[in-house]
Parts: sequence; C-alpha cells; structure tokens
Amino acid sequence: MARPVQEINAGSMADIAFLLLIFFLVTTTMDVDSGITRKLSAIPPENQPKPPDVKERNVYIVLINQHNQLAVEGELMAVNKLCDGVKEFINNPNDDPNLSEKKDEAVDVPFLGMMELSKGVVSLQNDKGTSYHKYIEIQNELVRAFNELRDELSMRKFGMLYKDLDDPKQKAVKKVYPMTISEAEPRNVGGKK
Amino acid sequence: MAKFARKGKGGTPAISTASLPDIVFMLLFFFMVTTVMREVDLKISVKLPQATEIKKLEKKSLVSYIYVGAPIKAFQKVYGTEPRLQLNDELSKISDVGAYISAEREKMDERDIPFMTTSIKADMEVKMGIITEIKQELKKASALKINYSTRKGL
Repeated sequence: MARPVQEINAGSMADIAFLLLIFFLVTTTMDVDSGITRKLSAIPPENQPKPPDVKERNVYIVLINQHNQLAVEGELMAVNKLCDGVKEFINNPNDDPNLSEKKDEAVDVPFLGMMELSKGVVSLQNDKGTSYHKYIEIQNELVRAFNELRDELSMRKFGMLYKDLDDPKQKAVKKVYPMTISEAEPRNVGGKK
Repeated sequence: MAKFARKGKGGTPAISTASLPDIVFMLLFFFMVTTVMREVDLKISVKLPQATEIKKLEKKSLVSYIYVGAPIKAFQKVYGTEPRLQLNDELSKISDVGAYISAEREKMDERDIPFMTTSIKADMEVKMGIITEIKQELKKASALKINYSTRKGL
C-alpha cells in the first residue's frame, strides 16, 4: 500500500548553495579598518604649574593654512620635502644650531648602548579651514619621517626593519625615536569659514 | 599499447557532480563566518583620504566610530549640505560626543577600557574645524587614543 518514498532530486542543491554563496560574496566587506593612530594630549588639570617652555630651536613648527599651504619654520615648503626635513631636524647630523639639540647626557638604551637622544619636538598646527585630506597627508608625512628614522636605526644596528624586530628591541628603538608630534591648540588664523 | 587503446573506447565517463554542493557549502560557510554585516546605516557620505603609514585596528570590540561628512542626497533637504557627524545611527551634534563615548565605555569590559580607541571616519573634503572640535570633545571625555581612518595608497 504505502508507496516507497521517492528520492528527492538533489541536483538543484548546488544551485541554491551557489545563490547563497554569491549573496555573501557580494555583501562581504573584507577590508580591515586601518588608519593613522594618534594619541591626544590630555587636558592638563587646572592650577597645575606650567610645564617648562621648550627652546625654540627644539621645536619644528609645521603650519597648514586654510588654503592648504604648508609652512615649516616660517617658510613655505613642498609636502614631499617635509619628511626629509623632519628627519634632518631630529637627527641633526652636523650640529646645526638651528636644528634640534641633543639631550644633555647620553642615555643607556638596552641593545643599543649609549645613545644621544634628540630633544626635538614637531609641532603641528592647522587652521579651521584646512581640509581634512591635506591634514592627513601631512600627518602621514610626519609619521613616515619617524618610521624611516626607526627603520634606519634598526637597519644599522640589527640589520632588520623596525617592524620585523622583536618586542624589546622595538621598544629600544622607539625610545631613541619617540614619536614626538604635538598638536597645538587650534587657532583661527584664516578668519571664519 | 593495447592498454591505452582499451581506455579510449568507452568514452570519458561523466564526472560525478554529487560532491559539488558540499564544496559550495564549504565556501558558503567560510563567507558566512567571515562576513561582517554593516552595523550602521550611513546617513552621510564618507570618502576616506589616503595614506601610506597606516596601522590596522586590532580588536573591533574596542573601537567606537565617529563618522563625519556631508549628508547624503536623501537627507540634504532636512539637514542641509554642511558636514555633520554621525554616531551610531543618528546624525548628532558635536556636544553629543561626550555622552556617546561614555555610553560606549559602559558597554565595554572594565579591563578593556584603557585600550579603547576612537576611530574618526571623516570625508576627505571636510574642513578641519569640525575635526578639531571633535578632538576637543574627545579630550574632555578623556578618550585619548584616536585613529584617523584612511585608505591605503597614495
């Protein structure tokens, strides 16, 4: 009486699965979030004594105005020269009195021995009217300068790029070249926009 | 020689496609597992700027996002074309950033709070004025680790 149950044709199973697969393929975004990481300076608590002023020769002033022009130490500069400018400022190989000073005493850094560290600080200031992509471009150049300095040092000392070093060595290199980029409080140089 | 001749006679047997669904399912599961569905509906258009010196954001659960950009066409009648910021699903005012950060912090595990990162996803045409104000708010909320979201390249 009971008829044997007919087998269901599974031939179209693949088609169904393909359909789902294609749906997920299309909706997937594989990109990982990435970007330039920065640490903001905390707002100093009130009635705290002012930190000692940094000497003028130790500050590398980078300005971007509302027309997206870049000025470094008071002079206009092309963006592609900025990276080298920062590197020279921090390293100061010829002890130029206009570039950054070395710290008074050499510091003993693990793995690297006695190192003369720079007192240099890069100060970045932008206008309200500066466009974001220019700002990112400049930030990128500044980060690149420090990354290249670190790479050069670790190439010289360890024969490896900075990112391939193990953790304690990375820390040591980082100590020699800390990313000293400070962002000044915003000013409204270019008028209301 | 005879050996080879015999083989040719029968014609090529059809390849069994019975395992095809299995293969496809395997791929399907891979994509299902790796897919991250978009969490927020963007009401503003964001075209990220490009940069080369970028770092990946490691843990998604530690990151809260702030989107900045001009409203998309459908919302331009209501909100105008001035750049706005979006927190979660709503267009917000800059003064809302503090509340948003503390709400995000609330959701987090206590151990993770020091590693909290705020990712600013801003359109490349935005002016720095709004970004600076956001940064000031973040400073006030003491969310100091930030990340300017960018695309790779240049």
